[in-house]
Amino acid sequence: MVSGNDMGRQATAALPDAGAPLAIELRGISKAFGPVQANKDISIQVKRGSIHGIIGENGAGKSTLMSILYGFYKADAGEILIGGKLTAIPDSQSAIRAGIGMVFQHFKLVQNFTVLENVILGAEDGGLLRPSLAKARRVLADLSREYGLDVNPDALIEDLSVGHQQRVEILKALYRQADILILDEPTGVLTPAEADHLFRILKGLKDQGKTIILITHKLREIMEITDTVSVMRRGQMTATVKTAETSPEQLAELMVGRKVLLQVEKRAATPGKVVLEVENLSVRDENKVERLKGVSLTIRAGEILGIAGVAGNGQSELLEVLGGIARGTGTIRLNGVELDLTGKHSDGQSRRAQGIAHVPEDRQHLGMIMDFAAWENVAFGYHHAPEYQKNALFMDNDALRADTEKKMARFDVRPPNPLLAAKNFSGGNQQKIIVAREIERNPDLLLIGQPTRGVDIGAIEFIHKQIVALRDAGKAILLVSVELDEIMSLSDRIAVMFDGQIMGIRDPATTDERDLGLMMAGVAGKAA
Amino acid sequence: MDRLPKWADVALVPLISLLLAAFFSAMVLLAIGQSPVEAFNVMVDGALGSAYGWGYTLYYATSFMFTGLAVTVAFHAGLFNIGGEGQAQIGGLGVALVCLALPWPHWTLALLAASLGAAAFGAAWAAIPAYLQAKRGSHIVITTIMFNYIAAAVIVYLLVDVLRPAGQMDPATARFPEGAKLPSLSDIPGLRELFLRVDSSGMPILGADGLQTYQNVPANVTLLIALAACYVVWLLLWRTRLGYQIRAFGKSEAAAKYAGINPVRITMITMLISGGLAGLMSINNVMGEAERLLQNSSEGAGFIGIAVALMGRNHPLGVFLAAILFGFLYQGGAELGLWTSIPIELRIVVQGLVILFTGALDQMVRMLLRWAFSFRTARVA
Repeated sequence: MVSGNDMGRQATAALPDAGAPLAIELRGISKAFGPVQANKDISIQVKRGSIHGIIGENGAGKSTLMSILYGFYKADAGEILIGGKLTAIPDSQSAIRAGIGMVFQHFKLVQNFTVLENVILGAEDGGLLRPSLAKARRVLADLSREYGLDVNPDALIEDLSVGHQQRVEILKALYRQADILILDEPTGVLTPAEADHLFRILKGLKDQGKTIILITHKLREIMEITDTVSVMRRGQMTATVKTAETSPEQLAELMVGRKVLLQVEKRAATPGKVVLEVENLSVRDENKVERLKGVSLTIRAGEILGIAGVAGNGQSELLEVLGGIARGTGTIRLNGVELDLTGKHSDGQSRRAQGIAHVPEDRQHLGMIMDFAAWENVAFGYHHAPEYQKNALFMDNDALRADTEKKMARFDVRPPNPLLAAKNFSGGNQQKIIVAREIERNPDLLLIGQPTRGVDIGAIEFIHKQIVALRDAGKAILLVSVELDEIMSLSDRIAVMFDGQIMGIRDPATTDERDLGLMMAGVAGKAA
Repeated sequence: MDRLPKWADVALVPLISLLLAAFFSAMVLLAIGQSPVEAFNVMVDGALGSAYGWGYTLYYATSFMFTGLAVTVAFHAGLFNIGGEGQAQIGGLGVALVCLALPWPHWTLALLAASLGAAAFGAAWAAIPAYLQAKRGSHIVITTIMFNYIAAAVIVYLLVDVLRPAGQMDPATARFPEGAKLPSLSDIPGLRELFLRVDSSGMPILGADGLQTYQNVPANVTLLIALAACYVVWLLLWRTRLGYQIRAFGKSEAAAKYAGINPVRITMITMLISGGLAGLMSINNVMGEAERLLQNSSEGAGFIGIAVALMGRNHPLGVFLAAILFGFLYQGGAELGLWTSIPIELRIVVQGLVILFTGALDQMVRMLLRWAFSFRTARVA
């Protein structure tokens, strides 16, 4: 290795087989944004024809590192070697020329172009499209044969499933003759079956000699598919290990810097009386499209009902109508009392008054005002609460700040500064503020959507504990998550949603991911 | 990523913007063969150099405070109220109707009633665009601009055909009764000393009954109401539940809906307050100065209010300071036309440059400063 200013880390970072050719080598990469050191002296070696995972919490510096590799940022210090050659990557065109392809978390596809048109976009051979398209059609046919990447070249992107769109992104990179493929959180939007298919494709690519860098926060994926894995924490590379020689527990500890409980500890549920009854609930969106199609379910006191499903199958609408954000038709009863679904009492204030608390899926757009200070966000939705009022006219800002300080202490929010704007907290701490605000109202029903999206592992553990504690206090909880692991480990019963309907309800003890995955894809019928 | 220190954001950015505006104004003056130094002296002397000039500066500033606050309140709810001009004119109609309705026994009663009239009429004029925005999604920028034209036309019609006393030639209402005459600042004990007449050596002139002051200084008791309004708006926005809801709604409508804040209600209430503030401006000019309702009574103050709010960072304290600056520009600019060969239109150029730099190009200054500060922090780190 190079410039040995940090021997301990260098030792763990270097473990290629002697003589194996390297696809990529990073040496001492550093990058600062103002006072924030996003990447600090990072060195990695990735062997040709391997799958290398990079894992770390949000804000650990994974994305910055990949952005440097793809030419979006310029490193303050350090060198990049591609195939053993020192390479400068000032922009993404240079990255492509160097054989690097990137598949972003949010696809960069033109929705109303065909697959072919998207593939040649930016890589046209001349002023006329026809020759490029013909060439792309040939190349695509070859690629599909070689790697099992089947996509209809004439289909419009908007007509393709998310899994197929991702394949188009991979094809785009391969068409540009990428030898090194970087995938940023590729499975976030996929069903388990689609994720399996993606992994098969990636293994095929690897067998053909391609090098793959997989960025993820899911330990299971790292264990399943990678050959080596690098762990990042706070801008630094804490370890690089062979996947076969490590365990999820060890990786989690390396990510967080302390021991982490991966499995949620909870005792068996003791469901009481029915708290929530939903019958034949339907919701239409602004374009009059029916997003929720006659859903019925019940939740008892002391029970967590988990809703599994790929994002966009009606889960959001279910939360919104229960939380008083959207309007719907059908019947909802809370503790036997029917709720107003369309009238004056169908708003969020009425729902809160009736004992429903809501941790929304999209915390930054719905759950808080990012420019407001933490203490102002603690009153958000509860700004009518009597304890926050000084008199009929004025709010009691002092009481609010004091209450925020207490909540921050109880929920271990860092930094514990009520005056700091919400946007300056990390995702996990933002979520803790919201969860504290909602849970401490002691609601009869807690709606909680994507409780740990963009939340670091340490905070996940904490938030899961709070949810279970609320259940054990005899409250009903509706949990919506696209993370199947989360649904499986927290729920007492699991309902799977597909296309606005409930495909079936399962006991987590007797079901498995395959069964749920089939229902999430709309395959298994309601018969089960 | 990099942020400016708060003091730089609040003080340095407007200061640099102003200096840039001054620099380019000087360039324009040089280009037309005039001396920027002379122009600057005339402006300062005319606006601040005498009690007379001071009186006008404060008079204009009073109007701009109201219209600036009107824009500020709406802005915090994410609404851009361009209709201050029309709301102020219709507010003037409210003032005129109140003042002409009774032979007012004392100005305090008249002021109270006229304030209510001004606010109610201004608010009513803002209510229609607000309703169209809240219920039908018609963009409030467009509708408030259109309502400015409608207001002007309505006022002309009323002045020509309805309110003009028989036999009067010009389109205006009758003069308000004596009991509705507001005291000028030079009539108010404690403040009158600000408006002393001085001789050429700067010494106060002694009259028969003590020190002499300017009579009929246009700045009037409305200034005190404007100052109170600044404070009340600050209380409203940052201390009340309504202000909390207004600000939350302005930052994110989706989040406001999650919190159970009713978008229609907040839009309506905010625009009523905003229109009411714009309407209140007419106390200053219609009741305090003209003492009758004329055409185009607001004289562009509604639009200046947008610049004042922009420059004042939509904070009442900033609005107060920016209003005084614009009062200075207005009065100083008028003096230019009187005492120099510089055309009076130049004041519009100067105001335009100030608006351009403090409002529209504000981000440019901010960007440059952020760049400059990033060097400093880099060196520290």
